[in-house]
Amino acid sequence: MRWLRSFGAFWYDFIIGDDWQVAFIVVVALGLTAVFVHLGSVNAWWLLPLCVFGALAWSLRRATSHGR
Amino acid sequence: MNALPLILTVFVACVVEAVEALTIVLAAGLTREWRSTFQGMAAALVVLAAVIGALGPTVTLLPLTGLRLVVGALLAVFGLQWLRKAVLRATGYKALHDEASAYLREVTAAQSAGAAVKRGAVSDWYAFTLAFKGVLLEGLEVVFIVLTFGANQKNVGAAVIGAACAVAVVAGVGVAVRAPLAKVPENAMKFCVGIMLTSFGTFWGAEGCGVRWPGNDVSLLVLVPVVTVVSLGYVAWLRSVAKSSASASASEGVTVS
Repeated sequence: MRWLRSFGAFWYDFIIGDDWQVAFIVVVALGLTAVFVHLGSVNAWWLLPLCVFGALAWSLRRATSHGR
Repeated sequence: MNALPLILTVFVACVVEAVEALTIVLAAGLTREWRSTFQGMAAALVVLAAVIGALGPTVTLLPLTGLRLVVGALLAVFGLQWLRKAVLRATGYKALHDEASAYLREVTAAQSAGAAVKRGAVSDWYAFTLAFKGVLLEGLEVVFIVLTFGANQKNVGAAVIGAACAVAVVAGVGVAVRAPLAKVPENAMKFCVGIMLTSFGTFWGAEGCGVRWPGNDVSLLVLVPVVTVVSLGYVAWLRSVAKSSASASASEGVTVS
């Protein structure tokens, strides 16, 4: 059980890292893009880059305000 | 798409990881014993090769749309993590990764670990374990990048070439210098790799959702510079925030005194 937990913690730290909210925003943005494309017939190529830039700015802002 | 960007991206990413692994291997070899260190390193390389050998052909068989969605999401998240750390380090909010001090930490730990314990063919179990863990953990990041990039381009072989060249270059320099490669501009390299991972992850992730990029693959030639400019903009923004908060606290100090 302890081995499983540390295995999971390793992969969480490896992929997600310090800020899970960045991963959450990326996943939500991918979901929204799929909805736009398949249900709304909108070729939303711009949505994911915008969310990626927003997620990075948001994460940096929080990291630096905690640091001060 | 040409294999050269794939090879170069994997090469730079793997150089960063190989430099970190080299620091641990040198600490184990120079303070404990080289034979066990090489045994640990070789065992880790065998495990990593087995992972690539087992997963490589499997992931290339997966349907491209699903593969691009999953791999794009993973790369975007993974790349943003690298980019975030690189921006924080470039702006002084996070300490720079220092190979010299990492080496000293490992050397101190290796020296205080006690006498060598012999088990089977391994004459120093501590040196074996230290080298094995160091190479395996750093190597897993390399395997992740090789598999995700290689599978998406249906060219795992080219990605393996990029990784193998990086390991050979770093190992060669390490043997020649016999010291941790403290002068390698690790943060700048991590910044570049973060940009590439985020750009490719965004591109493939959106494609996996069914998006058609304007100009198809050519849009990557726009996306990479845009991610670079935005990231450099964030560095400038955080530097100005740090500067203004430093001058604000300095003037507060003058007012109080």
